[in-house]
Amino acid sequence: MDADPDLFKAIGDATRRIILDELTDRDGQTLFEICSRLTMKHGLASSRQAISQHLAVLEQAGLVHTRRQGRFKFHHIDTGPLRSIVERWPIDREEPDP
Amino acid sequence: MRISITSVLVDDQAKALAFYTEKLGFIKKTDEPAGEARWLTVVSAANPDGVELLLEPDGHPAAGPFKSALVADGIPFTQFAVDDVYAEVERLKGLGVEFTQDATDLGPVVTAVFDDTCGNLIQLAAMK
Repeated sequence: MDADPDLFKAIGDATRRIILDELTDRDGQTLFEICSRLTMKHGLASSRQAISQHLAVLEQAGLVHTRRQGRFKFHHIDTGPLRSIVERWPIDREEPDP
Repeated sequence: MRISITSVLVDDQAKALAFYTEKLGFIKKTDEPAGEARWLTVVSAANPDGVELLLEPDGHPAAGPFKSALVADGIPFTQFAVDDVYAEVERLKGLGVEFTQDATDLGPVVTAVFDDTCGNLIQLAAMK
């Protein structure tokens, strides 16, 4: 039984990976900023609704959290769930045996 | 046909005039009584004969939900051009202006987004 279907689904899409890249570049973005970056920097013509749905998938997987600040809503990246990947398939070369 | 005036919907004209002149640096062009409100426009100090910005009351019942829906998603209502977005962001932050998007290099353009305190987000832009 796969423990992380939401996680693998979330990172299995190129647009969602670019959203994570852009949130890594600067954490805490409005929907407008994310859409602007995808359009202007990556030439992605996705609609605002489509980006909202991508963000919902990322949020479902725990990779994005939203924070309301007054009248504004910001999206934050959380790479914590990715730890389960390297725990499941450890990367030995990063910690070589003495 | 040409564009002589564009408008921004503000929740309080006096507050808007103060913000748009004292913080943003526009200058008042026209201020005439107009029914319950004022016909109140500002222009760029760099281009006083250019396009006027009408600070228009947002009293229509549809305006509130429209404005708050844009703000929630971080969408600017309109955009102003500056020479250097990074410098302008620093200047405005020094005056207490709140930004929802810091200066961001988007390739052909650098943009930032701030709160005009009158219910709108405004984008700053400089083409490269």
